[in-house]
Amino acid sequence: MSLYRDQGVALRHYKLGEADRIVVFMTAGHGKVRAVAKGIRKTKSRFGSRLEPPTNVSLLFYEGRGELDIVSQAESIDHFRPIRDDLGRMTDAMSMLEAVDQTAQERQPDARLYQMLVAALRTLADRERRSPLLVAAFYWKLLSMEGFGPILEQCASCSAPASGVALVAFDLTQGGALCRDCRQGLPVSPEALQLLGRILGGGLAGALQEPDSAVTSEVAALATHSMEQHLERRLRAVHVLDHG
Amino acid sequence: MYAAPVQDLIDELGRLPGIGPKSAQRIAFYLLKAPSEDALRLSHAISLVKERISWCRRCFNVSETATGDVAGQSECEICRDDRRDKTTVCVVEEPRDIVAVEKTREYRGRYHVLQGAINPIEGVGPDQLRVRELLARIDAEAIVEVIVCTNPNIEGDATAMYLASLLRALPVKVTRIASGLPVGGDLEYADELTLGRALEGRRELA
Ligand SMILES: [Zn+2]
Ligand SMILES: [Zn+2]
Repeated sequence: MSLYRDQGVALRHYKLGEADRIVVFMTAGHGKVRAVAKGIRKTKSRFGSRLEPPTNVSLLFYEGRGELDIVSQAESIDHFRPIRDDLGRMTDAMSMLEAVDQTAQERQPDARLYQMLVAALRTLADRERRSPLLVAAFYWKLLSMEGFGPILEQCASCSAPASGVALVAFDLTQGGALCRDCRQGLPVSPEALQLLGRILGGGLAGALQEPDSAVTSEVAALATHSMEQHLERRLRAVHVLDHG
Repeated sequence: MYAAPVQDLIDELGRLPGIGPKSAQRIAFYLLKAPSEDALRLSHAISLVKERISWCRRCFNVSETATGDVAGQSECEICRDDRRDKTTVCVVEEPRDIVAVEKTREYRGRYHVLQGAINPIEGVGPDQLRVRELLARIDAEAIVEVIVCTNPNIEGDATAMYLASLLRALPVKVTRIASGLPVGGDLEYADELTLGRALEGRRELA
């Protein structure tokens, strides 16, 4: 069996046999990797909490014969303690991890996605403030990286420019914002479209400073809806504590 | 294709946790080859457990139905024990965690089994757990302290924080079991989160 090194964020884990787990990582160099962590559920496991989502770890893998590798060694790069200590941050982190898990391809290197995830987790781990837009911004950036960045400057269907017509609806399957004549999908306010434009058009840092408002909620709901359309499945983590 | 009864057996076995199609097939053929009385002992044990064992109506531990009990109305041995402290409740994820806590011989209160933990990525939320039932017990049983004894992993942490946020509104003391270093282990192997929490939970030496 051959060994290889990489860095990765633990996305999710599930139980295997008596004391093992399968851990799914988003790695910097090998895309999504599924690997067995032996004995990890024992209290005295040498892995401790290092392979728990959303930890960013430096890893040594044994290459398996099938689709599962084996985690040989793990050292934490960042364990994002503030995320572990706060239910809201934890839910946000899980919402991002879930989308990455659904988007990333196994063994298809995607260093940009890994870097973007680590950067988002770092922002989320800021104890001082938590942006109501972080998960939404992450979803929009992820959709853009996947080649589904929404059209915002003109009607995605008839190409009428935003300067000439009001864009009143949004449907990612149509390409983005839609005019009154072409409208379908969700209704959208001009303020939400403008905020979305800032997120995708180089104004991310400023957008993340926005306080919680009807507009940030609208952009967040639109992000979840569009991501779900793209993945063709419902996201779980975003909704789990909705009515809590 | 196998004869229908064999295929049914393979399908049923394959629905068990941790059993893939290959293992299901292997077990099915083991049972086919085994002497009848061995295989029937297994089937008898399964029917007996389904007949006699149910969830404790108070704490959702496993509970043996006493003769004369209405199904689903029985209480477990711990809840029936009058010597135990009825004002303290230890919240665990699964009945097997009760066994682990009982082995310490350090705890004399009652329990509450959530029957799982919050797991956002798997879509397991509070509605799928016995959370409402726990809240209802606080007032009804005049509970003074709730000890949250969920696993020290991400799902257990999420569950503990969620329960704390709900219980804050009630006149009850909420504590969480300390997490720290396993006794008998070496400090240098401890991960950062464990060591950090152990430092926070330090105690004054007498
Ligand atoms: Zn149009
Ligand atoms: Zn009971």
